[in-house]
Amino acid sequence: MEKKWITISVYSENSVGLLNRISGIFLKRHINIESLNVSKSEIENVSKFTIVVYTTEDWVRNIVGQVEKQIEVIKAFYHTDEEIIYQESALFKVKSSLLFDERQIQNIIKESNSQIVTVSRDFFVLAKSGRRNEIEEMYQQLKPYGIMQFVRSGRIAVSKAEMQISALINEFNQ
Amino acid sequence: METLKKEKAKSEKKETLRISGAEAIIHCLLAEGIELIYGYPGGAIMPLYDELYKFQDKLTHVLTRHEQGATHAAQGYARVTGKVGVAVATSGPGATNLVTGLADAQIDSTPMVCITGQVPRELLGSDAFQETDIIGISTPVTKWNCQVTEAADIPKVLAKAFYLARSGRPGPVLVDITKNAQFEEFDFSYEPCKGVRSYNPYPTPDLKSIEIAAELINAAKKPLIVFGQGVILGEAEEQLKALVEKAGIPAAWTVLGLSAMDTEHPLNVGMVGMHGNYGPNLLTNECDVLIAIGMRFDDRVTGRLDTYAKQAKIIHFDIDPAEINKNVKADVAVLGDAKVTLELLLPLVNNNEHKAWHNVFKEKYKIEFEEVIKNDVYPTKEKLTMAEVLEEINIASDHKAIIVSDVGQHQMIACRYAKFKQTKSNVTSGGLGTMGFALPAAIGAKMGAMDREVVAIIGDGGYQMTIQELGTIFQNKTPVKIVVLNNEHLGMVRQWQELFFESRYASTVMVNPDFIKIAEGYGIQAKQVSERKDLKATVAEMMASKDAYFLEVRVEKEDNVFPMIPSGASVSDIRLK
Repeated sequence: MEKKWITISVYSENSVGLLNRISGIFLKRHINIESLNVSKSEIENVSKFTIVVYTTEDWVRNIVGQVEKQIEVIKAFYHTDEEIIYQESALFKVKSSLLFDERQIQNIIKESNSQIVTVSRDFFVLAKSGRRNEIEEMYQQLKPYGIMQFVRSGRIAVSKAEMQISALINEFNQ
Repeated sequence: METLKKEKAKSEKKETLRISGAEAIIHCLLAEGIELIYGYPGGAIMPLYDELYKFQDKLTHVLTRHEQGATHAAQGYARVTGKVGVAVATSGPGATNLVTGLADAQIDSTPMVCITGQVPRELLGSDAFQETDIIGISTPVTKWNCQVTEAADIPKVLAKAFYLARSGRPGPVLVDITKNAQFEEFDFSYEPCKGVRSYNPYPTPDLKSIEIAAELINAAKKPLIVFGQGVILGEAEEQLKALVEKAGIPAAWTVLGLSAMDTEHPLNVGMVGMHGNYGPNLLTNECDVLIAIGMRFDDRVTGRLDTYAKQAKIIHFDIDPAEINKNVKADVAVLGDAKVTLELLLPLVNNNEHKAWHNVFKEKYKIEFEEVIKNDVYPTKEKLTMAEVLEEINIASDHKAIIVSDVGQHQMIACRYAKFKQTKSNVTSGGLGTMGFALPAAIGAKMGAMDREVVAIIGDGGYQMTIQELGTIFQNKTPVKIVVLNNEHLGMVRQWQELFFESRYASTVMVNPDFIKIAEGYGIQAKQVSERKDLKATVAEMMASKDAYFLEVRVEKEDNVFPMIPSGASVSDIRLK
């Protein structure tokens, strides 16, 4: 079976140790987590994990089953890239002098649709949101001028189809 | 004044008791109906032991000789009673010694709650004496685990622990309680857990899938049922029997499903899997509908997956959604508690007999009898076989004993040849294959079923992995019957070495001590049998004994267990020799 990029979304209680429990499911199957983001979700007191893996759909089905089985997991979904809207964020820290010395830098900022977060005497910080290849492109463009620091977040994603979590919770509350 | 009124109203609403966290643990256990726990004391759990001392008339604590023994005893107790087994240990090594038992209970779906002591909250993360991250360590081998660092959290965490351990697909839960939380006093009140919003233990059965299942069963010409422990855990034995009899379907079992149905029932066709019976294994690849009930298509059952029952429609009854399509794709999946789903299925299936199909099983049995069973059970060679010992136990116990087996050749022989009339009577480490399981598990089984005979069948290898639990038997005068089938080898590994490693017996020869003297040192009556003429009388004497009894049977050293599906081979490739 063919490997592909798959985004797993996990709605869960916000409890100590759950991250360990979930990551252990990947560990047991020797599958690398390519990206991970944990945040609040659209529902109060419900957390959302967004996990990206590169593997077969068979494995993902197996993993999602095991993830969902964890007591504090409310529901887990998986989607291919076509089924979701997704982004990553990145920060670039660059020497301030470049802003004045290198005209090309200003073009990169404009063309990449990035934002200047802060400018100080020594450095300035650019923020860029988008698909990984867009961030990668900007990275490659800035690289020749010297990047002081670079960081990219895990993928965040929302699905095109509905993820019915509130209904599940309401069902329990009744 | 207002505040005072409020305070009063509050105190009237709930009855509270100001007690220590340690005492609260006892009250929680009592509220959950726990009468018996296993464990081993140590520094971080001492406040709880102090309370156990005060409450010893209400709650019995059995001191095992090792924490692993406590877990297996709790498992044995849980497996024969259907109740939650409880094991207690201290922090650090006490806690890590629970890991094998937790892993065993996890893979065999055994309800168990383990309570561990932990260093005081202010020392967490300081590498304090006997500090270990047991939550991190036990995460992959528990259904749920939780650390408690203040007394006030004890009741709700323990209530949740017991609820989770026993509900749905059961499993082990570990609660780690810091020492300060055991000492702290708080206003105790207890409410059993009735549900957890992120957890659905009993999926609602889908009637449509049950109808489709019934249609497939009714249209089948060569149906085969394979049942597992889900039938026992769901207490669906009657429903299974009714289905088998009404639809006339041959029924085979997995190692953990054994005893859910009378082994002598005419429609019981035996065991599936690596050392299972010839007929059900071979015919798995000839049936047209395979009805799997409360089993999980373990690799020891299926052999090579891409050649497993490819010709058949698969109907999978299970309570755990994660098991559906995990190993074998189901054509119809019926989620739910087996008792409920089978009850719904029963009126929809037609009466049937499938006589010709049954005859195929009978023919295969004849072949297996001639090639294997006859020589196992009624040997003509000089040396004793393991199977003839089992046969004598069957005779002496009238199929009514609980058989607790360890892991290896003797386990497969015990599962193949032990006869059962009653459910929850076969206790063995199926999924994890934990050598050393049987002796402590037999202690728990006996304490859970004092009115029944409990016979532990153990090899000379596994016996020495937890032999220290003879001390527990001695101290508690637990009347278990211990049978060591001594072939002076790690028999199953030796068998594989003979078959697949050109008889290079690397580290499988055992030079054993005098087992009789050891048993006698623990005050246990002990006998050794090495000749056939002494076997029957000695087994009968053992079974008649009111006290613990140790029987060592010196068996043929290099016997192999057959039939056998070599690892990675198809069920069709089952070998009779």
